[in-house]
Amino acid sequence: MLELKDIHWKTPEDEEILKGINLTVPKGKLTVITGPNGGGKTSLAKIIAGLYTPSSGQIIFNNEDITGLSITARARNGIAYAFQQPVRFKGLTVRDLLELSAETALTEDKLCSMLSTVGLCAQEYIDRNVDASLSGGESKRIEIATVLNRKNAQVLVFDEPEAGIDLWSFSNLINAFEALKTDNERTLVIISHQERIMEIADYIAVVADGRVRSFGKCDEVLPGLLAEERCAFCPKGDLRKEEC
Amino acid sequence: MNSVTDTLLSKISDWKNGFKGAYNIREDGGCAGRQSSESIKIEPKYDKPGIIIRISAKAQQETVYIPACVTHSGVSDLVYNDFTVEDGADVIIIAGCGVHSDGEEEARHNGIHRFIIGKNARVVYKEKHIGTGNGTGARNIDPVTDITMDEDSYMEMDTMQIGGVTNTNRTTTAALAKGAKLIIRERLLTDGDETAKSDFTVSLDGEGSGVDLVSRSVAKGNSYQNYHSVIKGNCPCSGHSECDAILVGEGIVNAAPELYAGHIDASLIHEAAIGKIAGEQITKLCTLGLTEEEAEQKIIEGFLK
Repeated sequence: MLELKDIHWKTPEDEEILKGINLTVPKGKLTVITGPNGGGKTSLAKIIAGLYTPSSGQIIFNNEDITGLSITARARNGIAYAFQQPVRFKGLTVRDLLELSAETALTEDKLCSMLSTVGLCAQEYIDRNVDASLSGGESKRIEIATVLNRKNAQVLVFDEPEAGIDLWSFSNLINAFEALKTDNERTLVIISHQERIMEIADYIAVVADGRVRSFGKCDEVLPGLLAEERCAFCPKGDLRKEEC
Repeated sequence: MNSVTDTLLSKISDWKNGFKGAYNIREDGGCAGRQSSESIKIEPKYDKPGIIIRISAKAQQETVYIPACVTHSGVSDLVYNDFTVEDGADVIIIAGCGVHSDGEEEARHNGIHRFIIGKNARVVYKEKHIGTGNGTGARNIDPVTDITMDEDSYMEMDTMQIGGVTNTNRTTTAALAKGAKLIIRERLLTDGDETAKSDFTVSLDGEGSGVDLVSRSVAKGNSYQNYHSVIKGNCPCSGHSECDAILVGEGIVNAAPELYAGHIDASLIHEAAIGKIAGEQITKLCTLGLTEEEAEQKIIEGFLK
């Protein structure tokens, strides 16, 4: 349903970050994209959501070429994206953002349900501004909640959802991802280095040096990754320990 | 009252075919309705245009409505309203002004409001300003607010200009006695060739007094805004001011906040930020399905909310 064909992308400074990404994301499954820092994972997530436009290649979603579509059009087509660094707003409340995401007015019960999934108490948060008064972890959890509850989302892309949140909330988050997996309706793409997230993945793609180095079912890829962990995340992006 | 006043009142106040309790409706320089209550007496002034609103200590969480409307071009209204709030009173004042221009001549309202707030009194003052109409004449509103707060009194001043005012020149001064607290929230929206000037001077004269002044503004089109605030800490006191502005298009904002510490234990803080809407804010809302224009509008609405 989501296919990336020979995706290339360069920074405005002409540095090539993605060097021919080929990846088919299985529908209704959880795919973790992992790999070394600077390997192109976040760029790839932004390419999927439309924040970056590839210099060449194609993105096919539900048999439609969406490569040229705007962020808005992709969002309306069912692609949701959680930022690695949450955006802050002076004047927009948590309720405002969640209602924009859900495209409807929400009752306090519903808001409570949404926020408890990410470990927040609705009564304390719904009327708070999504601004610098929130901690990094709080902002992150609200950001995740906007994507978990996005109306008509078919593909949910999370960029390092574990970053900045506490262990208890992280456990809640794992539960939320697992619950999403069970409906087999929505496709999850999670950029992560976290072993616990990789453990619940259906598929794992290792992206390094702008390319997909390996892709396969979790039980095929993860053992090798864990055994050669240090090498998997080495700057070279090479999986083989002996070459690191 | 005429239909324009009816429309303006619904935009600037809680008007729904009438007000409950005490009120005074000013229309084109005249009185279009007045009512006192047992605890809030409204009397005309005889030496100059305007009214005296006497709020007794019996007023507890009582609301009084003092809106003013200019409903056509060629009207220049000037009014002096005095509010005297007795010790211990607790009142909500809904003021506000609508100016409608339907011709080439200017429509103007200048409201000069003076507040004398007694000990331990509590005042919430809400003021919305709006300009409407298709006339080419300017719609101008120049409010002057002068506040004197006695010991341990409290005032919240919530002012908002929600659009359509060609030029505004807003002046607010306040003097606070021991333990008095003043909260000011100002929101200003200008567009096209509109101009807005806002000037605050707050003197913290009594020990333990405090002010929290937050001004948020959006300058769109070719509009120009000038913000100036002075907080004078003349004693052990606390003052905080914050002015944030968003620029859209060719809008210009000149902000000049000023702090004066005249005592070693005066604690004064100022924060300010002016700039266009952050690109990442637009992007985030686009990922929720909004267009860039919708995202910008939503961010501005939230900012001025």
